Amino acid sequence: MKRANRIMTVIIFIFLYIPMVVLIVASFNTGKDITEFSGFTLKQYVRLFQDRSLLKLLANSLIISVLASFIATVFGTVAALGIHNLNPQMRKVAMTLTDIPMTNPDIVTGVSLSLLFVFVGTKMLGQRNSLTFWTLLIAHITFNLPYVILNVMPKLKQMDASLVDAAMDLGCTRVQAFFKVTVHEIMPGVVSGAIMAFTMSLDDFVISYFVTGPSFITLPVEIYSYTKKPIQPKIYAMFTLLFLIIFVLMTAMNLMQLVSDRKKAASHIGH
Amino acid sequence: MKKNKTGFLSIPYLIWMTAFTLIPLCVVAYYALTDPATGVFSLRNVRELSLYMPVLWRSIGYSLVSALLCLVLGYPVAYYIAHCGHTAQKFLYMLVMLPMCMSFLLRTLAWVGLLQDTGIINNILAAIGLPRLRMIRTPGAVVLGMVYNYLPYMILPLYATIVKIDGRLIEAAEDLGCNGVQVFARVVLPLSVPGILSGVTMVFVPAVSTFYISQKLGGTDTVLIGDVIERQFKQGSNPNLGAALSLLLMILVFVCTGIMNRFGGSSEEGSVMV
Amino acid sequence: MSKELIRLRDLTMEFDGERILDGINLYINDHEFLTLLGPSGCGKTTTLRIIGGFLTPTSGTVTFDGQIINDVPPYKRQINTVFQRYALFPHLDVYDNIAFGLRVAKVPKDEVDSRVREMLEIVSLKGYENRRVDSLSGGQQQRVAIARALVNRPKVLLLDEPLGALDLRLRKDMQNELKRIQQAMGITFIYVTHDQEEALSMSDTVVVMDKGRIQQIGRPEDIYNEPKNAFVADFIGESNILDGVMLEDYRVRFFGRVFECVDKGFAPNEPVDVVIRPEDIDIVPKDQGHLVGTVTGVTFKGLNYDIIVEFKGFKWLIQTTDFHGIGTTIGIRLNPEDIHIMHKSEYSGMFGDYSSYSAEYDELTEDADGEEE
Repeated sequence: MKRANRIMTVIIFIFLYIPMVVLIVASFNTGKDITEFSGFTLKQYVRLFQDRSLLKLLANSLIISVLASFIATVFGTVAALGIHNLNPQMRKVAMTLTDIPMTNPDIVTGVSLSLLFVFVGTKMLGQRNSLTFWTLLIAHITFNLPYVILNVMPKLKQMDASLVDAAMDLGCTRVQAFFKVTVHEIMPGVVSGAIMAFTMSLDDFVISYFVTGPSFITLPVEIYSYTKKPIQPKIYAMFTLLFLIIFVLMTAMNLMQLVSDRKKAASHIGH
Repeated sequence: MKKNKTGFLSIPYLIWMTAFTLIPLCVVAYYALTDPATGVFSLRNVRELSLYMPVLWRSIGYSLVSALLCLVLGYPVAYYIAHCGHTAQKFLYMLVMLPMCMSFLLRTLAWVGLLQDTGIINNILAAIGLPRLRMIRTPGAVVLGMVYNYLPYMILPLYATIVKIDGRLIEAAEDLGCNGVQVFARVVLPLSVPGILSGVTMVFVPAVSTFYISQKLGGTDTVLIGDVIERQFKQGSNPNLGAALSLLLMILVFVCTGIMNRFGGSSEEGSVMV
Repeated sequence: MSKELIRLRDLTMEFDGERILDGINLYINDHEFLTLLGPSGCGKTTTLRIIGGFLTPTSGTVTFDGQIINDVPPYKRQINTVFQRYALFPHLDVYDNIAFGLRVAKVPKDEVDSRVREMLEIVSLKGYENRRVDSLSGGQQQRVAIARALVNRPKVLLLDEPLGALDLRLRKDMQNELKRIQQAMGITFIYVTHDQEEALSMSDTVVVMDKGRIQQIGRPEDIYNEPKNAFVADFIGESNILDGVMLEDYRVRFFGRVFECVDKGFAPNEPVDVVIRPEDIDIVPKDQGHLVGTVTGVTFKGLNYDIIVEFKGFKWLIQTTDFHGIGTTIGIRLNPEDIHIMHKSEYSGMFGDYSSYSAEYDELTEDADGEEE
């Protein structure tokens, strides 16, 4: 049983990683075709850094995801604090609203927001092009918010409510108590919510595709347009670099957590 | 003892979410129920939906098959990871997450390179003297694309549920006379139902609404509902029909998740995990 | 005694239409050790939280040093709290936890340091400054919580079941420790507990509460010896409670017999509750007894035996150092000072019958820390 599971796991990991290996190999390919490896080269990497327009698209993606996830994190944390203190009926309403973008298929979220922006923009404000950077930002904040809420709420629930009482007992105002105590307690949830929001934002194609206009294009939207134009091998180089960065970041985070877990365990045993 | 003193902090959020999730859905309904040319109330789009029922059924069929395949393939993996040592668990978990952080467009393009008639797999087959296979532009390729893209969405909630199963329950079952298969069938599997339900939902919903996978890996006979919607907005320029189709898709998804939730209580945890 | 510091006047508290406190009137003196005692849900924690400023009463006033403080937030009150399960800040070490209040008040750094170190000494935690709070034992966390509150030099310290999470032995040590600290610091302690022994051994004044009302206020000895009603008699210690009739001053009739007692001031022939403490009953040979009964149960308790004796269908609990086997017939004598007379109350007939002895005993011992939130 255990052996069968292990074999299955190995096969599945190969399945999950083969396409990425293909892309990484393609980034070192002298030829243009992904299917044929004609020789090793690094020139795609050089070209990548010379291609202003491609770097601009990457920058656009980063700007949107950093801004959207930051705003969603602050906004969502404050909102979670509020929702936590609502009465049960109102809390249910709030959580249902939070669930809508989580449950809705991305295409429906994208279509609905785009129709809203077009409706408001053209019919009510008389704009010619109503899909811009701002509509994209609003859309990203909207689908990022639930990730923050759903990560912060459980931390608030777990938190011993008397910690805030204790802080106020020791002279803190409500606001001081939040910054001196609550923040520390919910920080893990805030951080994981922010990371999730950021990656969702960075990688989002479907919603962005519907709510952005030609004035502000993100990397995934551009990659999608390669359906029509031939793909530039530079993209493979960018993929490889991003893969490396994310791999290193994730490994580092995991290691850090392992170390802190060990420390915690050690201090418990040490007692 | 509830204090409602900070409840007001949720008001901006409630307003925001109403403005950008509820109202847009109303706008979708508005477009769905108006005539594209005249802009007056009309049921034309709704009536036209019947033309797309075969496409809808195909989407549902492909997605269900994908979800089930993901379950069958993902369960052993999740089970294996959940029973690894602490460090290995963390590392394997990360390896499952990692593909989700990489562009799914490019990864799907890589499959095109693998499956094409002159693609990598066929080249290998040819090199060892086997006949080339027609893989791209088949239903199988679309299902493969779905399974590949959404398998992590199955493994992660399954893992989260399985890892929480108390080892003493398994010991208790063994103590009460269960053999390995019985322990699995009578204890482990029933306890992983919440994970299975949220995994199936998390695979089914994006699969049933995808358009990129079917466009790249499918052919003319594998058009899915997502493709049709995308075309109405981006090419066919009948947003009203697109709106009606979106509404249909949304209702389908809400009915499905509703059924899932009824089966397994709330799947709150599964949806947090991404 | 010393002057009045806190007064609660006609305090009521309602949540969602449910009355948690119902007309609480109470004053607390400076330097007093006062205990709010009662079963879970009796309103004692609510009362404490109102004094601490975490709840605003539905009606009534809280006066502190002559000022009404109903709407003064907790951070402006000269009152500090030791919370149930301590509520230590997990992200801070022992030193920073204790220094928390002083730093919020912007006390100069040198003074913070000297005061924290002084407190560490008082609670015997020197050398633990940099320990994580979750690496401490329950008793040590308890001390940190006390130090964190006292370092701010409050006029009043509120303690919400502070010993509830500790095991029995540690609890006894901490009781003495708390009493010592209270006397050393010379401040008022308001202590909430459901443990009658804790209340009796530590307090200057005990306030017995039930169903949101004060049942009795008094010194521990008075509460024990002169319970006001069946609830208090039963909650504090063990009691046999019988129906009786007060014939006239110093004469009461129960079980068809007239006894002499030390109580007076009742109406002639007033129906009353008669309390007889199990340890006050003298066992004598059956021919010398006021009453004669049969032993139906014996439990060895270490110091003594608890025996259940049936008198005419009514079962009493008697504590004795001599063994009497089941089935033995014994006589008992009651001296006038062993008989306590109480007015009838809503609690009459609810307590003090040992017919289902074992079940009731379980209930008493498992009355754990389940106080209302």
